[in-house]
Amino acid sequence: MFPGEDIEPGDLKPRNGLHRDPDGKYTSQYFGVIQKGDEYIDIVPFSGSYFPRRGDKVIGKIMDVGPSMWTVDIKSPYMTMLHMNDTPWRTISGDLKKFLTSGDYIYARVMNVNEIKESWITLKEPGIGLRKLEGGHIMSIPAPKVPRIIGKNGSMVNMVKDATFTRIVIGQNGLIWIDGLPENVIVASEAIGLIETEAHATGLTDRITEYLKSKKGEINGNTQ
Amino acid sequence: MGTPSDKKLINENGLRLDGRGDEELRPIKITTDVLERADGSAFMEWGGNKILVAVYGPREAYPKHTQDIEKSVIKARYNMAAFSVDERKRPGPDRRSTEISKVISEALSAAVLVEQFPRTQIDVFIEVVQADAGTRIASLTAASVALASAGIPMRDMVVGCSAGKVEDRIVLDLSKDEDNFGQADLPMAVLSKDKQVVLAQMDGDLSKEEFGKATEMIIKATDRIADIQRKALSEKYKIENLPEPESGGE
Amino acid sequence: MPKDASGILSEIKKGYISKKLKEGLRGDQRKLDEFRSIRIEPNFVPRAQGSAFVNLGKTKVLVGVKIESGEPFPDTPNQGVLTTNVELLPMAFPTFEPGPPNEESIEIARVVDRGIRESKMIDLEKLCVEPAKKVMIVFVDIDVLDFDGNLIDACTMGVVTALHTATYKVDESSPETKLPVNSMPISVTMAKIGDELVCDPDVEEEQMSDARLTVTFTEDGHIRAMQKGNSGSFSMDQVKKGIDMSEAVGNKIREYIKGVI
Repeated sequence: MFPGEDIEPGDLKPRNGLHRDPDGKYTSQYFGVIQKGDEYIDIVPFSGSYFPRRGDKVIGKIMDVGPSMWTVDIKSPYMTMLHMNDTPWRTISGDLKKFLTSGDYIYARVMNVNEIKESWITLKEPGIGLRKLEGGHIMSIPAPKVPRIIGKNGSMVNMVKDATFTRIVIGQNGLIWIDGLPENVIVASEAIGLIETEAHATGLTDRITEYLKSKKGEINGNTQ
Repeated sequence: MGTPSDKKLINENGLRLDGRGDEELRPIKITTDVLERADGSAFMEWGGNKILVAVYGPREAYPKHTQDIEKSVIKARYNMAAFSVDERKRPGPDRRSTEISKVISEALSAAVLVEQFPRTQIDVFIEVVQADAGTRIASLTAASVALASAGIPMRDMVVGCSAGKVEDRIVLDLSKDEDNFGQADLPMAVLSKDKQVVLAQMDGDLSKEEFGKATEMIIKATDRIADIQRKALSEKYKIENLPEPESGGE
Repeated sequence: MPKDASGILSEIKKGYISKKLKEGLRGDQRKLDEFRSIRIEPNFVPRAQGSAFVNLGKTKVLVGVKIESGEPFPDTPNQGVLTTNVELLPMAFPTFEPGPPNEESIEIARVVDRGIRESKMIDLEKLCVEPAKKVMIVFVDIDVLDFDGNLIDACTMGVVTALHTATYKVDESSPETKLPVNSMPISVTMAKIGDELVCDPDVEEEQMSDARLTVTFTEDGHIRAMQKGNSGSFSMDQVKKGIDMSEAVGNKIREYIKGVI
């Protein structure tokens, strides 16, 4: 689809990426593809910025530490905020630096977004892996390509993890954290880069399998 | 417009100096994603024009007082390379490029759904590396492609073209000589589908009838140019359905 | 597509690059004295008197040469004039800003200019039309379009190619003349990472390095220009090693450019 191209939603409810004309007709907002579910129709752009949505799990970088909250860059046009009460730690106003400081990365969940796009994130939700990301390597891809990196039921990312003995966390905002032995992290990040550049080509899974096989010699199997 | 001169712009066969008919466009070619760093980019070749456009953003508007709490601000910067014209141009903005930057920013603002990102700016950097008449509408046409490839939401694509008057004839897409020695130049840009006018400038001398004829030619040509824009975009992608989004984790 | 280049390199990536260097290889598998792929398109802007579009890895620069008549400098009344200007366009990198040339772009322009000028590549005396009154001025303008490190070498390659293919006219009625050029200076820039010197650093390597050395050679084996950059230091042995590396690598680049002009 191209920006301005007409769309006939039929019985489906228009959701993301559709623009409604004053006369009630729908057009695509993006250069991208139509995605039809059971209930909704979306236009998914091929690239573009991340905009926080309530419930998304994202990776963010601490930019600034205030008396009671942190300012966090989640690779969106807007900074987001993490309040001291939304962490699992016993914090006292003014000592937040002890827990998270500029340059640290976190895996957090978007709690709220308002009309002028201010948003708040939380680390206080047990059981879903929210935390400070210690060590590791961060890479960045366009947020619309995240579903491709994950693959159906996580098949793509699991393939990369298994072949490279790495731990990988993918934020819906397009930041990816990879940890493991340095040479393995590099192979994993290169494989993800390959998935990103060929995200819309056919036969992707086969090519990634091939690629990982060809790199076998560079992967260190000693994961300690 | 230049002063009337002895230069013949239409030959004895009724064709223009470069062999084109009245309603014929110069060759146009657009390539997308030519730059590594930018969020979206396009390279436009239109006749002898060679123009690069890079899009960054939306990103937080800076300095802060330029932020609009209701919408994104589009900042186009039209710049000519020193070697892009016959006589070397001193680098940096001048009054002409400042005006062009303004009208291009405004034309793009009519297409981009700016209300979706309050407090941000979208930078559109335009570098004319070789100028050959009609740079502003070629830049704008390429900028629209670069915005689409950057994933910026738009109500429609912007597409531009010029027409003018040469030896008392209305012709499409003026060449450099026609621009320099002709009688009128009318660069225009519209939203691709409903043909709303988003850029219009004119200098020279046109009757109302001539103006009507010129705009009719432009509108017809914009459909052809819009096709070239779409081809440029789709060339980069073999389109296929995406899997349902879901969140990642360990 | 934006890459995480404006961010800080992770300790893992730094560790990987350092470890690879001990094995004599770079993060992207290059050898220490290996350039990224070079592609140069001469005459990219036919309207200019000479031009070249340079792809050095992912770095892209466009060089245009304009040759116009003007007045000589009073202290060199019999010589044409060469001026070199570099524009770090804001399209090239997220943090580049529009505005007049800054320290960085002026340094690049001056290092490139020095190599060209000191090699006597352009025979400036042949560009004198009328002593003290009229000479040809060679304006070299460089647009940096996409930034992934090592601008000095990308710019020098482009300028050398553009000048070697440039032609000019003294005025409208005079014949088209080839710009009088003799030699072919080539700069080679090296970054110091740990204790190793690596040629043609990309952005990541530039971030990891605290000292840079540029050496410009002509084909006769003479050094014509040099620049040490950034806050770190080199041992005298490293400087000598850098000079040897520049000569050897520069010879290969010179052969490539001879093939495209």
